Amino acid sequence: MNSTIFYNIARFILLMVAQILIFNNINLMGYINPYPYILFIMLFPVNGNKSGLLIASFFLGLLLDMFLNSGGVHAAACLILAYLRPFLFKFSFGLSYEYQTVRINDSLTPERFSFIALAVLIHHFSLFLLELFTFEYFWIIVVRTIISTILTIILSILLIYLIKPNKR
Amino acid sequence: MQQIISYILKNSHRLLFLLLLGIAIALTIQSHSFHQSKVISSANFFTGAIYEKMSVVDEYFGLRSENQELAIENARLKSLLFNLNDSTKTKILDTLSGIRKIDIIISKVIKNSYGAQENYLTLNSGSKEGVKPDMGVINSLGIVGVIENTSKNYATVLSILNVKSPINAKIKKSGHFGSLIWNGKNTGFVQLIDVPRLASVRKGDTIVTGGQSTIFPENINIGTIEKVYIDDESNNYTLEIRLFNDMTSLGYVYIIKNKDALEINELEKKTGKNE
Repeated sequence: MNSTIFYNIARFILLMVAQILIFNNINLMGYINPYPYILFIMLFPVNGNKSGLLIASFFLGLLLDMFLNSGGVHAAACLILAYLRPFLFKFSFGLSYEYQTVRINDSLTPERFSFIALAVLIHHFSLFLLELFTFEYFWIIVVRTIISTILTIILSILLIYLIKPNKR
Repeated sequence: MQQIISYILKNSHRLLFLLLLGIAIALTIQSHSFHQSKVISSANFFTGAIYEKMSVVDEYFGLRSENQELAIENARLKSLLFNLNDSTKTKILDTLSGIRKIDIIISKVIKNSYGAQENYLTLNSGSKEGVKPDMGVINSLGIVGVIENTSKNYATVLSILNVKSPINAKIKKSGHFGSLIWNGKNTGFVQLIDVPRLASVRKGDTIVTGGQSTIFPENINIGTIEKVYIDDESNNYTLEIRLFNDMTSLGYVYIIKNKDALEINELEKKTGKNE
């Protein structure tokens, strides 16, 4: 139990640092950045404390907002993802997900991929919608969401294999 | 009463979500509303210190272009120095009184942003050096933005690449005014809107700051006209301006401190009240 808490705290800090130092400076085509820091929310234990996850993702987003001068955009998007996470589990892994312990960081199956893709899509769409804060530029929001989502999914899957704890 | 408590306990997860979402949305809305200091900004000791460390590393990659810019500016200043004794030029009145109206504070960009619709920079000088909100920020090539927030050691700048930053500008040749905005699309171009149809505009003309506000002094370079078209609604010109500045790579900048700003603003406020 203690080791899970330790792993999550380490993940929180490491992903945060990587996002600020590396991924925010990619600026592909001038303005497109991947946001793989949301891996923290995706990899949070399935049976973990739900309210704890909400609070942790709120502060994760808020810290990033501090660095990016973006108000509360990331905080809101992270919260939405954290809140919808159980529904995504249900959608991707079937109703009985709570009994068979789901491991996201294991070999890539269609179920795991659909979970990651949906989670990233939801987070990015709410992020860009709140960032531009208008429906006037709807197509810009859609284009940014799609390109960023593809980048984030690729990076997330790569990162999962990099930080996969090789105990057991 | 017991029912209310049991309802709260049963839905604590959802209520917590709604509470935190409410806070996040409130912060978002607050940051989108015009001209208001942000609660969450990178002008604080924690984020500022980290960005400062980052820029120390980042600086090495830009040394060559930074040196080049400094050399060009040195050459320009030297030429000013050598041409000082030109007796045919009339002296500027301000220097006779012996009071300098404008001070320059040198500062460094430790965090640059140009990917979003609302871009902010972070500088490594703050209220300790005398930086206050609504001061102009320029570099050797042209304007950069306006100070938005300050802390003790850091300041955030509302970049000209921000959809909510209108700056007063004019065409250098004819002196016609317009306001400078950004449509959020290309980091190399800004737009000058509301230029009267009377103005003669030609591709390649230089655009400079207008001097109608206390933020920027007159005649600081902005860019050249790239495209001219007529706005359907207001029937005024809208000009596409190519910036002199490359906003994606900024190093050292100068903060303009107008000593008369307070006096002018107070006077204008008083005049507005009496009407």
